[in-house]
Amino acid sequence: MTAQEYAFLVVAVIGSLSAIAVVTARNVVHAALYLVVALAAVGVTFLLVGAEFVGWTQILIYVGAIVILFLFGLMLTKAPIGRDTLDYMGWKSRAVGGALATVLFLGLASLTLRVWPVGTTPASPPVDGSTAAIGTSLFHDYVLPFEVVSFLLLAALIGAIVLARKDDGGDQ
Amino acid sequence: MIRLPLVLVFAALLFSAGVYGVLARRNAVMVLMAIELMLNAVNLNLIAFSASLKDVSGQVFALFVIAVAAAEVGIGLALVILLFRNRASINVDEVDLLKW
Repeated sequence: MTAQEYAFLVVAVIGSLSAIAVVTARNVVHAALYLVVALAAVGVTFLLVGAEFVGWTQILIYVGAIVILFLFGLMLTKAPIGRDTLDYMGWKSRAVGGALATVLFLGLASLTLRVWPVGTTPASPPVDGSTAAIGTSLFHDYVLPFEVVSFLLLAALIGAIVLARKDDGGDQ
Repeated sequence: MIRLPLVLVFAALLFSAGVYGVLARRNAVMVLMAIELMLNAVNLNLIAFSASLKDVSGQVFALFVIAVAAAEVGIGLALVILLFRNRASINVDEVDLLKW
């Protein structure tokens, strides 16, 4: 066990608990705040693995932008804070979801640990996640996907404006 | 550094939590949050394998996933707000107009 692994275990436990809290919290605003902790834990994991650029991007975009967008969404839909009338979960959907998620987790975890036993797997080398390495790969091998993503973002921007715009008085 | 299976198990747990959220929650915003958790689990796997295989491509794809997730949240929340404006409810079970 290296120092990074101990740090990762602490971060992973915090992230796992807050991820479970996100999906089980009765109060949707609390769920959004737990989501901040879970996403930050993922970002710190990226940093611990050595993927600096992606780690900081994760913290900037997810914690900084996406969660704020979620909070805006909650406020604009006037979610009754603290009440669960809006989000009633029947025991049936909870049982089915819980059973499926448990089976999925146990299956994935046992498969992972069978293919890569923790005791014998060598530690991954520190990855070169510097901005220079990512930039070289991005603009050397993946230029076309990069342009497609920029077009996707433009389409999403226009689409979101068109969808959420208020039509006052109908079309002219 | 960190061994591969530890990160993969963490990602499996995040993904399973997301699956539970999508199946059990009825609030559309909560469903979107659960989808974000699943996308993050995928990103964790991409980064973990990028480290294990010493290939930077995994990180580039993680960046693409983050960009697509940002677009998805923007459009998703616009749809939710539109839904709330028209139906005064964001319960995904009540949106069954196109249900066969």
